[in-house]
Amino acid sequence: MTSVLARRRNRIDDLGGRSLSADALIRLRRNPVAIVGAVIIGLFVLVSIFAPLIAPHDAAAVFPELQRNLRPDSIPGAQPGFPLGSDQNGRDFFSRLILASRQTLIVGVLATLIGLVLGVVIGALAGAFGGWVDTVLMRVTDVLLSIPSLLLAISIAALAAQPSQTTVIIAVALVNVPIFARLLRGSMLAQRESDHVLAATSLGVKRSAIVIRHMLPNAMGPVIVQATLTLATSILDAAALSFLGLGDGDPARAEWGLMLANAQAYLDVRPALAFYPAIAIILVALGFTLLGEALREALDPKGRR
Amino acid sequence: MLRFIVRRLIQVVPTLLLLSVLIFAWLRSLPGGPAAALLGDKATPEKIAELNTVLGLDQPIPVQYVKFLGRALTGDFGNSLITGQPVTAEIARALPATIELSIAALLIAVVLGIPLGYVAARYRGRPLDTATVIGTLVGVAVPVFFLGYLLKQWFAVDLGWFPPSGRQAVDIDATHVTGFAILDGLVTREFDASWDAIVHLVLPAIALATIPLAVIVRITRASVLDVMGSDFVRTANSKGLAPSTVRERHVLRNALLPVSTTIGLQTGLLLAGAVLTEKVFVWGGLGTLLADAITRRDYPRLQAVVLLGALVYVLVNLLVDLSYALIDPRVRVR
Amino acid sequence: MPTTRRLLAGIAAGVLTVSLAACASSDRGTGDAAAATGGTMVFGAAGAPKNFDPIFNDDGESFRPIRQMYDTLITYKPGTTELSPGLATAWESSPDGKQWTFTIREGVTFSDGTALDAAAVCANFDRWGTMSSEAAQSNMIYYADVFEGFKGAGGIYDSCQANGNQAVLSLTKYKGAFPAAFGLTAFSISSPAALQQFDANNVTQSGDSFSYPAYATDHPTGTGAFKFESYDRTANTITLVRNDQYWGEKAKLDKLVFRVIPDENARKQELTAGTIDGYDLPSPADYASLKSAGQQVLIRDPFNVLYMGINTKNNPALQDIRVRQALAYAIDRQALVQTKLPEGAEVATQFMPQTVEGYAGDVQQYAFDPDKAKQLLAEAGASNLTLNFYYPTEVSRPYMPNPTDIFQLIAENLRQVGITVNPVPRPWNGGFKDDVQTAGKQDLHLLGWTGDYNDAGNFIGTFFGREKAEFGPEDPAMYSEITAADAVVDPAGKKAAYEQANRDLMAKYLPAVPISSSPPAIVVGPGIQGLVPSPLTDERFNTVSKTQS
Repeated sequence: MTSVLARRRNRIDDLGGRSLSADALIRLRRNPVAIVGAVIIGLFVLVSIFAPLIAPHDAAAVFPELQRNLRPDSIPGAQPGFPLGSDQNGRDFFSRLILASRQTLIVGVLATLIGLVLGVVIGALAGAFGGWVDTVLMRVTDVLLSIPSLLLAISIAALAAQPSQTTVIIAVALVNVPIFARLLRGSMLAQRESDHVLAATSLGVKRSAIVIRHMLPNAMGPVIVQATLTLATSILDAAALSFLGLGDGDPARAEWGLMLANAQAYLDVRPALAFYPAIAIILVALGFTLLGEALREALDPKGRR
Repeated sequence: MLRFIVRRLIQVVPTLLLLSVLIFAWLRSLPGGPAAALLGDKATPEKIAELNTVLGLDQPIPVQYVKFLGRALTGDFGNSLITGQPVTAEIARALPATIELSIAALLIAVVLGIPLGYVAARYRGRPLDTATVIGTLVGVAVPVFFLGYLLKQWFAVDLGWFPPSGRQAVDIDATHVTGFAILDGLVTREFDASWDAIVHLVLPAIALATIPLAVIVRITRASVLDVMGSDFVRTANSKGLAPSTVRERHVLRNALLPVSTTIGLQTGLLLAGAVLTEKVFVWGGLGTLLADAITRRDYPRLQAVVLLGALVYVLVNLLVDLSYALIDPRVRVR
Repeated sequence: MPTTRRLLAGIAAGVLTVSLAACASSDRGTGDAAAATGGTMVFGAAGAPKNFDPIFNDDGESFRPIRQMYDTLITYKPGTTELSPGLATAWESSPDGKQWTFTIREGVTFSDGTALDAAAVCANFDRWGTMSSEAAQSNMIYYADVFEGFKGAGGIYDSCQANGNQAVLSLTKYKGAFPAAFGLTAFSISSPAALQQFDANNVTQSGDSFSYPAYATDHPTGTGAFKFESYDRTANTITLVRNDQYWGEKAKLDKLVFRVIPDENARKQELTAGTIDGYDLPSPADYASLKSAGQQVLIRDPFNVLYMGINTKNNPALQDIRVRQALAYAIDRQALVQTKLPEGAEVATQFMPQTVEGYAGDVQQYAFDPDKAKQLLAEAGASNLTLNFYYPTEVSRPYMPNPTDIFQLIAENLRQVGITVNPVPRPWNGGFKDDVQTAGKQDLHLLGWTGDYNDAGNFIGTFFGREKAEFGPEDPAMYSEITAADAVVDPAGKKAAYEQANRDLMAKYLPAVPISSSPPAIVVGPGIQGLVPSPLTDERFNTVSKTQS
């Protein structure tokens, strides 16, 4: 009996006077899905930050001791100093896998960030001004959204005379722009009629100040959720571009999508060369998705029951 | 109702127009301009000037756009740089393959997805639910081309249950009537050809179905949970209706509304997924056309396929909206 | 549920209406299944053929089906580069080498039933030499190269006279490539009647794309062991059937199907699954697993060369021979050959394989020596060199199984001697050949060559016989030395001249760095017998038989 009462009391305490975000954080910490996602992402970020310290070798260096036993149809496995053995060109596979985490993170984060910033600016403009600005901007985003994302990324990447890491990032980022724009605009629109905005307006606060100080921060919740999910899709889209031959032009660069694409020819010889980068991509995409879904759930006011 | 349909149809027009503007702008911004892109790297200044005149690229931009629109409306996208054949004819030939693959993938996604999502919602929080939810998340995280390869290696090469790629075995010597391999077999009574086409379809359809399947499961689950918590279900329960009646009559029916929207959205997205799936399975549909166009910078073909993809997506969404309005009168008022 | 059901029902209904509207009946052949003697062989092709008119083609994927349907005047003994009688039973040249007399084989008919005679042969030479439209001419790569252009515009073709069963070809000058070049698949003999009936010369061009006439797309008519049946562009299959009137060894197979499977992994999986019977150019990485799966990996004799091209046009530093030599010293070619090329591959000391007349045993060597490379670069004042290195993607060539990997190894070698490499990948058919061979945009590039016939001129003459965009401006003495060697009529003198040219190429000019010669393979399933691998990749399928499993 006491325990039930105690639980109820605790629950009420939980709700009492805490902000939505603090509340969300607490719920997030209790959600195993969120924890798993956070652990994967935490590890991934740590590895990519300290990659040069963890990786024993340079990503591009070819080692004679690995090359000695390398043949087209036999790739040497683990040996002292090379925990995962050689890749198809006599380089240290382990170091490349580790160092690739950083490149993959760069592509994912930059693509998301650029998409987010552009999208937020467009969405905020549309939401804040309404009227014809809104109509024009939203028509354009609607049209961009009406092209399936991978097709859009392909079209943009194909515009570049020479595929490179930059073109991959730009292509994937531009695909993300309309998503964020729509999202932010919706949220701003909802707020325009809300009490706190009306209050601020009636107090004579300038429109730009209202948008920046009040509306934007309040709209960030769903944007953060979307950004987390977008990180996953961006990494997958970049891998798909690599597979289609629109990826980074420097094959020596260690990047999981590129490593997976280039290892296709050696699937029978050493499947690990394709499988490890693939598993890494899957894990990271899964991590971001788990975290994003958990965030979404946590930030959902309906969850505050 | 009619007014709603007309209004919705009219709304599509500016979207399509804007889409054509974007594609036109895209074509203009190709490296070296459209003429150089069409000519490839053999472009000499004289050849470019000549083609500019032929394509009317020396005229003012608005005039050019109107001409482009005219050509697009009549289905004239020029000749493919790879084969020298009209792009429209190539697309017409490849379309049945992609439609067949897409329908199969969608069938798998719907037939498996809705029951799975429903069951997961009913047993919310139990291991079955957790497994389903995690499964859908993993399904979305696996790169499609990698999954395709794994399916091929396991089920075609190692186990030999299915052929590894292609649409039909060469020795079947099927008669083509419609271009839809399964249907052709039925129509011409070459049932072995139909069966062969189905067997070829299984693996690529599964690969293509993963993402829509995952999405449909999640939406169904969420939607069923939503409806189960709603007032009218509580009312029905409290009225003492049998739980099975409540589930079938009220929950499922209402929960499927958002699911149908999702199905529509996924249909449009299938073409994008098909690019990767078709490349892995050598399918010979629109995805293959597009993949080839990318590697060989065949811009006329690229432009036509992207435009078609967007068009299909817009139209499917329109259809979904309209069907939604048929079912749910509230939509019409808005 | 209502929505879903309605939606799907709608789609299904639509599809059905469309299909049933067309009149439907099976047009499948009947009765041939039971009486099968030779069966069908399905061969996995890496790409679609451009068209089927021999003269308008220059790539292996188009030539493979063409070789089965056509014959040339002179052919190569299976599995070798030696000449052997084809449609001509004998050939003879005048002492000045300007006139060739062919004795035409009797009793040969084209697949349209018309007879092959000396007049038909001359009609072919005449058609090529006097081809008028620019669109058609620009597709005749081999002809323009061997005959140095068209009649009245610098071409060496003068006339062809039919004299009984002899065809007499007159040229305006001696050409070292002959008689071997008469065996080129591009110079296959077509039926003049079919050429005319199907408007064979009517090639049209719009933009960069060509439209070919019916002869080239659907009615190729030759004298070969197989006849054209169909090209299904939806399923991407080309079907040939046995020519029962063939003059030589009749085909054992009933049908030969080429199925286009662009993806290399897919070809391998199809073969392993038994749904195709063979494919060309398996990756050396797959030899072991293919063999252990019971497939037959047939190795061709090496008759090719892979080189790293150097273009002197864009970066003046490359005009300095010391810089080019530094590049040669910097590359560990031995390691590259061992780790990336199939067994039997060798480091190339010069731009032709050992079996070609004119190969010199004593050329200057460039053993792997990074220190020497750095020293040479320093001497030339080019220590901070940045080079645009073009390499092809989406392709596997007989001399270059995996260009991306080979590029990476060389790029890493160059990086080690302080050269900054800017990688530029280009799809083989999507810009690489144009950028490198027509536009000359690169500083360095990977390319190679499979010999068309056994002639030194076919190697170094093709590369360095004249100024080419691929290599940029070079020492004019190099061009004239090679052209002079080709003009020597006496065989022994010619051999000596080419040997000297090879020595000078490696010591004095070094216009590129030869990397390797390697034996490419062709793989067939366990039930296939009688395929003779050819160093020229000139395999004929009439000797092939298939045991039904």
